Amino acid sequence: MKCQHCEKPATFHITELTGPELLELHLCEDHARQYLTPAEAEPSEVSSSLTESLTKQLKIGQTAEELARLDQRVCPVCGISFYEFRNVGRLGCPHDYVCFDAELEPLIVNIHGATRHVGKQPKRQSGDSDWQTELIRLRRELHEAIEDERYERASELRDEIKRIEGLVASGGRPE
Amino acid sequence: MELDRTLNRFTAQCGEWLRGCGPESDIVISSRIRLARNLADFPFVRRCTDHDRAAVEKAIRDRLNNCAELNKLLFLDVAELEAVDRQFLVERQLISRELAESSGARSVGIDPHEQFSVMINEEDHLRIQLMKSGLDLESAWDQVNQIDDVIESQVNYAFHERLGYLTACPTNVGTGMRVSVMLHLPALVITRQIEKVFSSLQKISLAVRGLYGEGSQAMGDFYQISNQITLGRSEEELIRQVGDVVPVLIDYERRAREYLIRESQQDLHDRVSRAYGILCNAQTISSEETMHLLSSVRMGINLGLIPGIEIPTVNQLFIQTQPAHLQKIRGIELGTADRNIERALYLQRHLAKKPSKNSEN
Ligand SMILES: [Zn+2]
Ligand SMILES: [Zn+2]
Repeated sequence: MKCQHCEKPATFHITELTGPELLELHLCEDHARQYLTPAEAEPSEVSSSLTESLTKQLKIGQTAEELARLDQRVCPVCGISFYEFRNVGRLGCPHDYVCFDAELEPLIVNIHGATRHVGKQPKRQSGDSDWQTELIRLRRELHEAIEDERYERASELRDEIKRIEGLVASGGRPE
Repeated sequence: MELDRTLNRFTAQCGEWLRGCGPESDIVISSRIRLARNLADFPFVRRCTDHDRAAVEKAIRDRLNNCAELNKLLFLDVAELEAVDRQFLVERQLISRELAESSGARSVGIDPHEQFSVMINEEDHLRIQLMKSGLDLESAWDQVNQIDDVIESQVNYAFHERLGYLTACPTNVGTGMRVSVMLHLPALVITRQIEKVFSSLQKISLAVRGLYGEGSQAMGDFYQISNQITLGRSEEELIRQVGDVVPVLIDYERRAREYLIRESQQDLHDRVSRAYGILCNAQTISSEETMHLLSSVRMGINLGLIPGIEIPTVNQLFIQTQPAHLQKIRGIELGTADRNIERALYLQRHLAKKPSKNSEN
């Protein structure tokens, strides 16, 4: 498919949801960026509201059904759905960058024009990130167990959390 | 009370960003760098349970207190503060409006010179900010980078090999860094060139905001220029990107001032003198009008049109006449009408010149 405004291939498929009916746009990268950049006369856009407006109004590279399916995807660690992220413009946990990787990439490219960090890195290896992610998941499970008054399970979870916290803190790998 | 002593101490000093010194300080008010960081083993703040949030706040505060380099920080429990005290910290740019207005466990550590502050549980677990008077991004980066190293030795940051520092909002991912320079650009406003300047800044993906950040009006002709992009460029490149454009803006502003002096010196002198006259004589005055008039006076001083007043005095008035500051200085709560009277009195006292010189000529 060709871009609506030029001869280049359309790599961005945007569904505009703000009007009374769905508007499908097929654009090349340059025209997509132009389209997504706020008009000059408007007061300066705030970076965070940029994501908000993008996530609320635009769905990039997806058909309506794909989007509906995508919206229901949930991070197994913190429990946030992609729909919720699109609405509030804030992610739920560090693992979202992994589990929503493919969905976030076009958004990140739109904002930053890049996909790879260059610059400062933490000096020390910050332990095993899988276990840190596991701590997030376990704490959520603990919270749910307490809400459901499953106190035995809650106590098991507390012990497990303490064990992993101890190992992470001592720099060891809980295996 | 410990808290009152801390806050009262701040009212007595002017804060780093309004000291009115440092390179190019006639136009550049301050340089600021902030880093967004998150702990690897907790959800981002919005997704935290109350319990998580309290645990994050305590963990970070304890670790920071452990650092010899950071143990002079004054910690304030923002959740416990009165609304006027929160507003006071926002006016001083020590905390963001978001931190002031959100809920749940959250705090701020402030260094006694107000150069450096660290917010806990704002949008990200940690927001580390360093402010310098005038144009001084390099040393702001040196200092905030060192502080970041110290904190990193105590906590595990959420970091992704490809995406860098992970943040709650994808607009901050990568370096997590926002570099901003606050400029006073009254002549560009008067000559109606400011819009043109801003649209060209936006084309090179720099953001322009008002004095109090996101969504705020450009009160008193103060504008903050900052980077939008945080991923794919190193910290040094991001600093250079903002730093390179500032001298251009300074040059535009100076040329606009020269133009005004050359083409309409009398009008300009009149405008500045009237502003000064109102500020010295008003019996009741709003915050907006004060900011607007102080802006003219500030430019007038820089152009030698108002002798006998120092720039730091005016800088300080910008902040001391803000609503929460007036109330803290006065020591009582005041409604809008009373604040406007108090503000007028405060301005009269602080703008009065030495008897020998006056504004008659
Ligand atoms: Zn095109
Ligand atoms: Zn998650």
